[in-house]
Amino acid sequence: MKIRNIEDLIAVKEKHYPLIKQRLGHRNGLGLTQIMVCSGTACTSSESQAIRKKLEQELDKHGLKENVRVFKTGCFGFCQRGPIVMVHPGEIFYCQVKPEDVKELVEAHLVKGQLVRRLLFQDENTGKRTPSKDDIHFFKAQKRIVLRNCGLINPEEIGEYIARDGYFALADVILNKRPDEVIDIISKSGLRGRGGAGFPTGKKWEITVAQEENPKYVVCNADEGDPGAFMDRSILEGDPHSVLEAMTIATYCIGANQGYIYVRAEYPVAVERLEIAIEQAREIGLLGNGLFGSAFDFDIELCFGAGAFVCGEETALLHSIMGQRGEPRPRPPYPAQEGLWGKPTLINNVETLASVPVILREGWEWYREYGTATSKGTKVFSLAGKIRNTGLIEVPMGTSLRTVVFDIGGGITGGRRFKAVQTGGPSGGCIPEQFLDLPIDYENLKEIGSIMGSGGMIVMSEDNCMVDLARFYLEFAQDESCGRCTPCRIGTKRLLEILKRITEGQGKMEDLRILEELSFDIRDASLCGLGQTAPNPVLSTLRYFKDEYIAHVRDKTCPAGVCEALLDLRIDEEKCIACGLCAKACAVGAISGAPKQPYRIDPEKCVRCSACVARCPRKAILRGAGREAAINGKAGIFTGAGSPENRPAL
Amino acid sequence: MEKQEFSPGPVVRKTGRLYDNLEKETKKVKLIIDGREVEASEGMNILEAAHAAGIEIPSLCYLRRINEIGACRVCLVEVEMKGMRTLQASCAYPVSEELVVHTSSPRVRRVRKTMVELLLSDHHRECTTCIRNLNCELQNIADNLGIRNIKYTGEKKAIPVQNQNSFIVRDYNKCIKCRRCEAICSKVQEVNVYSAINRGYDTVIAPAFMQDLSQVACITCGQCVIACPTASLTEKECIDSVWEALEDPDKYVVVQTAPSIQVTLGEVFGYPVGTVVTGKLVASLRRLGFDKVFSTDFTADLTIMEEAHELLERLEKQHRLPLLSSCSPGWVKFAEHFYPEFLENLSTCKSPHEMFGALTKTYFAEKEGLDPEKIVVVAIMPCTAKKFEASRPEMGTGNLKDVDWVLTTRELARMIRQAGINFRNLPDEDYDTPMGIASGAGAIFGSTGGVIEAAVRTAYYLTSGQELDILNYEELRGFSGLKEAWVELKGRPIKVAIAHGTGNARILMDRLKAGEKFDYAEIMACPGGCVGGGGQPIFGTREHKEISLDYRHNRADALDRIDYSKELRRAHENPAVKKIYEDFLGHPLSDISKKLLHTYYTPRGALPGFKMGGTKGGYAGRGEGNAPPHDSREIKGDEQFVKNHPAV
Repeated sequence: MKIRNIEDLIAVKEKHYPLIKQRLGHRNGLGLTQIMVCSGTACTSSESQAIRKKLEQELDKHGLKENVRVFKTGCFGFCQRGPIVMVHPGEIFYCQVKPEDVKELVEAHLVKGQLVRRLLFQDENTGKRTPSKDDIHFFKAQKRIVLRNCGLINPEEIGEYIARDGYFALADVILNKRPDEVIDIISKSGLRGRGGAGFPTGKKWEITVAQEENPKYVVCNADEGDPGAFMDRSILEGDPHSVLEAMTIATYCIGANQGYIYVRAEYPVAVERLEIAIEQAREIGLLGNGLFGSAFDFDIELCFGAGAFVCGEETALLHSIMGQRGEPRPRPPYPAQEGLWGKPTLINNVETLASVPVILREGWEWYREYGTATSKGTKVFSLAGKIRNTGLIEVPMGTSLRTVVFDIGGGITGGRRFKAVQTGGPSGGCIPEQFLDLPIDYENLKEIGSIMGSGGMIVMSEDNCMVDLARFYLEFAQDESCGRCTPCRIGTKRLLEILKRITEGQGKMEDLRILEELSFDIRDASLCGLGQTAPNPVLSTLRYFKDEYIAHVRDKTCPAGVCEALLDLRIDEEKCIACGLCAKACAVGAISGAPKQPYRIDPEKCVRCSACVARCPRKAILRGAGREAAINGKAGIFTGAGSPENRPAL
Repeated sequence: MEKQEFSPGPVVRKTGRLYDNLEKETKKVKLIIDGREVEASEGMNILEAAHAAGIEIPSLCYLRRINEIGACRVCLVEVEMKGMRTLQASCAYPVSEELVVHTSSPRVRRVRKTMVELLLSDHHRECTTCIRNLNCELQNIADNLGIRNIKYTGEKKAIPVQNQNSFIVRDYNKCIKCRRCEAICSKVQEVNVYSAINRGYDTVIAPAFMQDLSQVACITCGQCVIACPTASLTEKECIDSVWEALEDPDKYVVVQTAPSIQVTLGEVFGYPVGTVVTGKLVASLRRLGFDKVFSTDFTADLTIMEEAHELLERLEKQHRLPLLSSCSPGWVKFAEHFYPEFLENLSTCKSPHEMFGALTKTYFAEKEGLDPEKIVVVAIMPCTAKKFEASRPEMGTGNLKDVDWVLTTRELARMIRQAGINFRNLPDEDYDTPMGIASGAGAIFGSTGGVIEAAVRTAYYLTSGQELDILNYEELRGFSGLKEAWVELKGRPIKVAIAHGTGNARILMDRLKAGEKFDYAEIMACPGGCVGGGGQPIFGTREHKEISLDYRHNRADALDRIDYSKELRRAHENPAVKKIYEDFLGHPLSDISKKLLHTYYTPRGALPGFKMGGTKGGYAGRGEGNAPPHDSREIKGDEQFVKNHPAV
């Protein structure tokens, strides 16, 4: 069936609404139990699809198929506790479910009507288990606008999106509004580009409309490349239609007929969902010719990126779509003036687009209620690093970093001290403790030497070496540089080499000055955003953690105990039980001792392999500036990490 | 002739839009550069506007309308504008009303210096022994910016120098990634040999998979060499071999100079572009010790005789039309790679310098009683493609190569310097006879449109028995990339076309493919013809740097002046040519001329390195006196070359 008018749309909504209503917490006597299995990338990689199949089998075995239905759904955001299985009615939130738990889950919960307590969420501090999702603080503290459908609907069923008032904004726009009215609403809402730079979205649409050249194109930038960031991926996986609807609206407003979604090929789940979504939208006439009986035609094509970080830069992205090498070009002309095949092209990020339908439905006044003076609405962040609750969260602009890291994020792992949080990925800067209470918005972050970026937040504890961190990001920037302009191609290479020297104990005090000067010059001179922001990690760590640099250069020590060449291994005499295991582990015979006396390490002979550290049963061997050895190195991302093979772990 | 903006043809595009001629855009804008009000045409960039106002902004990657990518970041300027935090590349930033620009603020100077220091930190700085020493854009900029030490140390490229072929040497370690070679190869020549490979610091600009140029569809034109600001791309030098021949008392060394050399060699010695230095050229060659100094213009006349007859014969029989000229070896290789189906349309005439070589070792040797084995023919050419051409196995008789060594204009200039000859003080001398006598028609071979004009002058005479009154087909020359005209021969109109730059050739060939009818077409591989050849002087000195290809006009004008100044302006009037037909060849297209002066072509395919491209089939356009000695679509020429000259 084709949707031709608003009545058709309402009919679809009504058909699917009962299921949604129950998931929203209504006990509406549906006579049906729904099981939502998270099918985002994170849960899928921890076997959520096996769980789903097993569930179906078990239900079949118990003859529950009539009354219990299993659905795929998008990311809940609480990736730390995945795979997640949610049961309605009751909003029962089961965490870290394994395929072997399924049998018990079905027998207890579905057959006997008892909760499986051991799978419920447990608060780490109180030890209390919480059955309902709504009682979990992680969710309570958030305001989910963009992520409103993630974890709620089945992203592979367009009807469920429509039941959530999806495509009603589009219908309203096409049937009742002029393009300039729509753009006006977007402008008034204060929505700014969520891809990083924060350009006002309404303004961008206006500029594109004003171009006389035709045809025009709309491009959705889904080339999310920041290490540790997965906002866009989760939106595409959990709510693809919100992006399609917004693209259709944008296309209608600027007078185009063709859209492209540039998505990373490394996002197979997102790609599959998008393909299904586009197919379904075409089937029921929400993509194609004569939408809602009007003369407006629109279709979307998927373009796959091969994983170059720089292709997230808009001009490089355009080159890539056109089949050229993904390299940026100087602007002006901006893509809004000359984009795909020289035609005006509107490029918006996934999260920006996903905000559009809800703004149009609820009104710009409603949207402006959230946020700060210059940054309106909400922002999705992905939490990663040394934080308890890694995952995806959405909070209003202006929320403080402290709320995000310590309240929603649950604080630092392993009882360590907070050191810094890196926002904006490799292009961002490190924000130290003193700014924890700063409200997050575009301007504030820029002020303190970082950027909003696409919303990645990597939390670092005292176990992280800031010099090593800067080196890690520079390595990334150098790897991902397209090689076109001099400062980015050679400049970041030289920065990296200086940082490598420092982490290897070869640094000179003069290097710190060169590091800073060269960073400023690279920022001023680079062709595109990648190069201009590549020195940010260096500049921000130099600004806030200069003493760590000095410790590396002057004192030849790494306070965090990360930089291997600077490790100063010593035995804590009080802890040592003189078992002699360390001496046996030492391949170079650097450790000596006698029974009942503390052992000693000869620094001349020691090659800093840390074999003794791993062997010591009492953790009595200290690294760095006298701190206890951080054996849990593998839990963190930056503990001596940074080489490309560690990158996927982000 | 009216001076036109040099147009590389309609193929250079800026983000999808065709360039319009700047002259046509009359709208002027006023902007402020360094506190001075400057007027500029809309559509110009800041660098051009400043240049026009006498403010020089240093640049490395910029080549007007060909490479405006803002990659080197040396031309950075400060643009005063709200929200503008970074510096802007002036070569890519369009002018606009009331724009305020600072080209030399402390910040600009500091960053510029850093950029050049960074480039130098990754550059093999062996200036004193470098082939481009004192003629290097990077060197000049480093000096202009006062760089005395480079504070950045670190990894440096160490890729072996690629010199396996006979025409172009590639040194990746001196490449600054300005991409001018890539731009000229893909946008002007549309051969697309070069592209960026790898990313970040590992980026190299190279043929696919870093293959040697002889393994890809390179047409050897050498435009990339002209475009290179450093010594990353250079011609394959064979100066030493020529010195060796000159020093050998057993050898009789004959030199010939291509038409365009007389108007370009002077540039190296400080003469303005477009100065005719024929007399000094001859004098310098005598002083270098060549036994005979001849002119390729003579065989250009001969080529016209052969080609005009070939044209008339084909018109008569109405087959293998259009006749495509074959005197540009770059174009010939282009056709072999990309349009093998048209090889039979190519004139079977060898290019003039090969004809010259063949005649020297037969006609001249016989006349002078010399042993052909002992004759060494050196050709001074504006061209790297001629180096490749000379190494083709079909360009020879028996074991003897027609031409032994090809020197570019630049190499000759180096030899003159090595010999300590004061070029500017040389007397003017004349070419030796008989192979130094040439008509004006031979001279204009050196610029685009010249071949067809010269051939038409003769063909007209041959068909009507009358001399053509108006000798200048101006519409045939000039610099637009692709021209066409109707000419009347025997009362019948024939359609001729002229293309220069293989990008334009591609357009013409695609039109032919689509079924359009032409009778005769002249195609030159290099933009501007031989005056823009890949072996011509490069402007990289501090006094003389070019940011566009416009200078080629002046060289072409000078060739015209040579033509105008001559009594003899038609090839068939050349007494030496008449004599060689009487004494030796008989008549044009005779059996002996077919054997000595004509050749055949080899389809090579667009991906020669993969042994899969190309069309199957025989040897199109085979000269009757010649049979293909080998069956191959590979580039045998170079293998042969390497075998014959292992030391090079």
